[in-house]
Amino acid sequence: MSKNTNDREVILSIKHVDISFDVGHKKKFVAVKDANFDIYKGETFALVGESGSGKTTLGRAILRINPCSAGEIEFEGKRISGKISREEDRNVVRNIQMIFQDPAASLNERATIEYCVSEGLYNFHLYKDEEERIAKVDKALQDVGLLPEHKSRYPHEFSGGQRQRVGIARAMIMDPKFIVADEPISALDVSIRAQVLNLMNKLKAEKNLTYLFIAHDLSVVRFIADRIAVIHLGEIVEIADSETLFKYPLHPYTISLLSAVPMPDPIVERTRRAIVYDPSKLDQSGEKRELKEIRPGHFVFATTKEYAEYEKKLEEIEREQENQD
Amino acid sequence: MEGNRKIILSAKDVEVKFRVRDNYLTAIRGVSLDLYEGETFAIVGESGSGKSVFTKTFTGMLESNGMISNGSVMFHGTDLTKLKKDKEWEGIRGAQISTIFQDPMTSLNPIRTIGSQITEVIEKHQHVSKSEAKEQAIELMERVGIQNAANRFDEYPFQYSGGMRQRIVIAIALSCHPEILICDEPTTALDVTIQAQIISLIRDLQKELKFTTVYITHDLGVVANVADRVGVMYGGQIIEYGTVEEVFFDPRHPYTWALLSSLPQLGVKGEELYYITGTPPSLYNKIKGDAFAPRNEHALKIDFVEEPPFFQVSDTHFAKTWLLDPRAPKLEKPEVIQNLHEKIKKMTDKGGAFHVEEH
Repeated sequence: MSKNTNDREVILSIKHVDISFDVGHKKKFVAVKDANFDIYKGETFALVGESGSGKTTLGRAILRINPCSAGEIEFEGKRISGKISREEDRNVVRNIQMIFQDPAASLNERATIEYCVSEGLYNFHLYKDEEERIAKVDKALQDVGLLPEHKSRYPHEFSGGQRQRVGIARAMIMDPKFIVADEPISALDVSIRAQVLNLMNKLKAEKNLTYLFIAHDLSVVRFIADRIAVIHLGEIVEIADSETLFKYPLHPYTISLLSAVPMPDPIVERTRRAIVYDPSKLDQSGEKRELKEIRPGHFVFATTKEYAEYEKKLEEIEREQENQD
Repeated sequence: MEGNRKIILSAKDVEVKFRVRDNYLTAIRGVSLDLYEGETFAIVGESGSGKSVFTKTFTGMLESNGMISNGSVMFHGTDLTKLKKDKEWEGIRGAQISTIFQDPMTSLNPIRTIGSQITEVIEKHQHVSKSEAKEQAIELMERVGIQNAANRFDEYPFQYSGGMRQRIVIAIALSCHPEILICDEPTTALDVTIQAQIISLIRDLQKELKFTTVYITHDLGVVANVADRVGVMYGGQIIEYGTVEEVFFDPRHPYTWALLSSLPQLGVKGEELYYITGTPPSLYNKIKGDAFAPRNEHALKIDFVEEPPFFQVSDTHFAKTWLLDPRAPKLEKPEVIQNLHEKIKKMTDKGGAFHVEEH
C-alpha cells in the first residue's frame, strides 16, 4: 500500500482521471477533467460543487459505473478502473458502497426492509444460513438506530430520515471499507439532516470507514469533512483540509461558494453579499492551469500568474492572522 | 408599527382537511395570519407542517380531496374560502395573487417556447395584442436578468439552466403585477450560488414593484435573508410569529429553539450536531395539548393535556407555548443559540469560517 509523505495510508487514489460521455455524432462531453487526488484511510473527503460540476460522475466512476476515458483509479494500491478480473470486480462492489441522495427513489418500494437490507448478502452469499442472515440484518438495523421489528415493513411506511437510515444499513451490512455518499442529506429536512450526519460520524468512528462525501453546500461540509475538494465544471479548483479551506480560501469559485451560504442571522444577512464567480476575471493568457500545492496539503488550480497572485494574497491573510493572534 | 400599516390579506382560524380513503387528515388546524402590505412574511417549518397547504388556500389550489372546513381568508372584501369555481378565481389567482413553485421544470411546459408561455399570461389577463404582449414579455425577461432576451424568446425550457428557468417562472408570476407573490420553496431545487442570485432578484423586484411576499421555506438561513416577519409552523399550526429579529434572537417556543439549534452552520466539529428526536405528529388523529410535546425535552405536564394559547411577548411577537405562562418554570433557550448574533458575527468577521472577501 502506498504511503505519502506525512505517513498517512492512502486508501483510494484518483490518478489524472478524465470521464467523458458521447453526445451524438462523434462529439464528446468531458464531465471530469484530469482529476488527481488521494483519499486517506479513515477520513471524510468532501467533493463540493454545483450541479453539472461532475461531482457525482466522479463518485460513480469509483464504483465502476462510469468508465474513465483517461487515467486510473486505485483502491488499496490496486487498479480498479478499466478492465479488471471478475473476482476483483466483486471485491470492489463489496468494499465500496454507496449512499444515495433520495432514499425514496433508491429503495425498492415493493420489497420489505428485510429484503432491501439483505440484497447485498444474497448477491454475495455472505451468510451461512438463514439464522445468520437475519442476525446480520438485525445488527445492521440496530447500528443505524432502527428496530429489528421494522424488518417486515415497506419503505413507504417510514419517514424520510428513517428511509435514509435504511439506505445506510443497506450499505453497512456489506461491511465496506469505503463509502461514496452522494448528497445523502440534501433531500431531508433540516432537523433530520443533523440526525443522519451524526449517524454517519458515529459509524465512521466505530467501523473505521472512509467517506467520499459529495455535496453542494459548504455549510454541511464544514461540520463533517476532514478535507475538501471544490470542483467546478469538471475541474478540481482547490483542495485543502477543512479548516484551511474556510480560513484561507483562494480560488474565486471557492470564495463565491462560501459567500453564498446563508447565515441564520438577519442583521448579518442584511450586509452580507453573495459574490458571483466570474471566470472572465481569471488569467486569460491561455496557459494551461494546473493544480499546484501552495502550502503543504493546500492545492489551487492556477496558471503561473494566478499562482503568484494567490501566493501574495495568502501571505497577506497569514500576516493579518498573526497580528490578530 | 402594526397599527398604521394596511392589512392586505387576513386569514382567520383556517382549518383544512383532506379526505384520504375513509379517513380525514387535518392538515391545517386553525391558523390566523394578517399580511401587511409590502412586507415579506416567511413561513418556516418541516415537510408536512402545512406551510404549503396553508398558502394554497389563498389561491384556491388545494388538491381535489382537500377542503377548507372552517375559517375565512379575506382579500379586498372577498372571502376567498367561499370561491368554488375556477371562473370565480379568475382575476385573483395569477393576477392579484401569484405563486412561484419549487421546481421550475415542472411549472414550465417543456414543449412550448419560453416566449409563448410568458405572452400567454399577458394576453389572457391584460387583453393586449400579440405584438404588445411580446414586447412586454421581452422587457420582463430582461428585468429578471435574462441576457439577450430577444434572441432567447423562442427557445425551449431545456435550453435554459435551472436558475434561468426559475427566473422565467418569476417573470410569468410578475407579468400581471400581482399584489401578493407566494414563493413556495423557490430556491430549494437550486444550487447555493444560484439560490443567492434568485433571492436577491426577488428582493430587488419587490422594492421596485412593491408587492407583498409570502416566502415558504425550511431553511432558516434563507429566512434571515429575506423576511421582515416570520411564522414558524408545526403540526398544522403557526406556533410562533414575530419580526425576523425577534424570532432569531429571542425565540420563545421550544420548537423554534430546536429548529435553530439544528442548523449545520452552528455545528462544532467533532461534537454531535443538535437534532430533534422523534417524528412529527400524525395528523389523522386528534392532537391533544401541544403538538410538539412528545419531542420536546422541555415539555411540561400541561403540554400533554391542554393546547396552549398564544402568549404575547411584544407588540409584534407571539408564541403558543405554556412556557410563557406566568406559572411556568423559567427556562433558558439552549446554549447553542444564545448570543446568536455575536456567534454568527464572529463567523463572518475577519478570521471567521464564513468570512469572505473578494480578491
